[in-house]
Amino acid sequence: MPSISLRDVFVQIPIYSATGRSLKRQFIRATTGAKVVSDAGRIVVNALSGVSLELGHGDRVGLVGHNGAGKTTLLRVMAGVYEPTLGSVAVDGRVTPLFDMGLGMDTEATGYENISVRATLLGIPRNQQGALVEDVAAFTELGDYLNMPVRTYSQGMYLRLAFAISTGVAPDILLMDEFFAVGDAHFLVKAQKRIDQLVSRTGIMVLASHSDQLIRRFCNKVLWVNAGEVKAFGGTDEVLREYSSGVA
Amino acid sequence: MLISSNAQTELALADISQGIRSYEVWGMLGWQDIKQRYRRSVLGPFWLTLSTGAMVIVLGFVYASIFRMPLQQYLPFLAIGLVLWTLISSVITEGCMVFISAEAMIKQMRLPLTTHACRALWRNIIILGHNFIIILIVLVVFDVVPSVLMLLFLVAALLILVLNALWVSLSLGLICSRYRDIPPIVGSLLQVSFFLTPILWHPSLLPGRQRVVDLNPLHHFFQVTRGPLLGELPSATSWAVVVATTLLGFLCTFILFKKYRRRIAYWV
Repeated sequence: MPSISLRDVFVQIPIYSATGRSLKRQFIRATTGAKVVSDAGRIVVNALSGVSLELGHGDRVGLVGHNGAGKTTLLRVMAGVYEPTLGSVAVDGRVTPLFDMGLGMDTEATGYENISVRATLLGIPRNQQGALVEDVAAFTELGDYLNMPVRTYSQGMYLRLAFAISTGVAPDILLMDEFFAVGDAHFLVKAQKRIDQLVSRTGIMVLASHSDQLIRRFCNKVLWVNAGEVKAFGGTDEVLREYSSGVA
Repeated sequence: MLISSNAQTELALADISQGIRSYEVWGMLGWQDIKQRYRRSVLGPFWLTLSTGAMVIVLGFVYASIFRMPLQQYLPFLAIGLVLWTLISSVITEGCMVFISAEAMIKQMRLPLTTHACRALWRNIIILGHNFIIILIVLVVFDVVPSVLMLLFLVAALLILVLNALWVSLSLGLICSRYRDIPPIVGSLLQVSFFLTPILWHPSLLPGRQRVVDLNPLHHFFQVTRGPLLGELPSATSWAVVVATTLLGFLCTFILFKKYRRRIAYWV
């Protein structure tokens, strides 16, 4: 059974200016007792402070909050990309983060090669990639184009391929950061169907979004983060109502 | 997956061992890099073989007469040295970038960070494979045939080289993702070491200044690899230096990695 458990998670992200990035400046600071260059060039942002959370099978969580409230950081912590400065994260099940559809895409490589690269990154061994290749080929309707370098594709074709590869494998835990493909109307209908299927096959889904409509459509719970802390966590309607009155 | 902020030793160890074992991923990514770099060229990575080969021939003829060394003695020495230098210098320069260049991947999915170092290493091993042809040609032309014992020594030396390449990439990659002015510094140091290390010149050409050579750890790495191919058994000192460097390197890298590994995702 997939689960996500966060215990008292703190994440502090250092932000460096150009001077903070320089070893020479650091050296001068150290040897001159910081009299000459007073700017340390380093600010620490408390992106998450003391977040505890338990998610289990069947949870479809909408993540809401202002820009910079910590939504993306929280998603990255769940994905295991950011490790907590303090606290612990336990994740059971295979996680697929869908933050950037174009991950690992090489425009000089053919469509087929790109499918294989992404599949390997997802941990599917080479001899089991056949099903995904067929699925992507059928969905994108790219046909012989899949044998050509991706740089020869139109914008729409590229998007179709990236979208199909990203959504081809249903993980135990799906993390999405407000991404939805654009394309022609025919493709949009197909894309929605595919997202629906993907979500229905995953154990846990977390979707960060600013769109109430999207969250109502997919989620049965809503998590409201504000300034790196959990402000509210509960049923979709009540938290969304609280959130919109809090915002207004 | 359990990530606890007070289990850094376990997490660092797991990263290294899982990273090395995920050969499916770094093997594929390394090949992809090679293909991408040479995709629209006819000769592919053999371009590099060709340019290294040209350098060996030109430098070989010029420097053999400057140093007044017989060609059949100088050319094999130079060829092996240059091919090894190509490997070592690109492992070090690319080592600085292993995490910075993998930013998109590091920020999006959890992979052991060691995977990215292995990817760069694998890429350079593939290139070494292509360049090895030059060494073979030179050895055949000058009729230098290493014995089986020597070949065993060579394999051991190559293994040691790969291990060192791994810790160098991990620690340089980590430091460079924090301090962005390190790569140019490393670049200049490399240039100096190229002339300071006996690659173009034979160590016997420096009588009375043997110390300059003996105190240079890079020299011992060249000795243990180049020696067996030329039919000379490397000295125990060279082996001792090389093994000690490997152990010390891994120890320091591990301490660094344990302390700062989790910050790399924030730094890149």
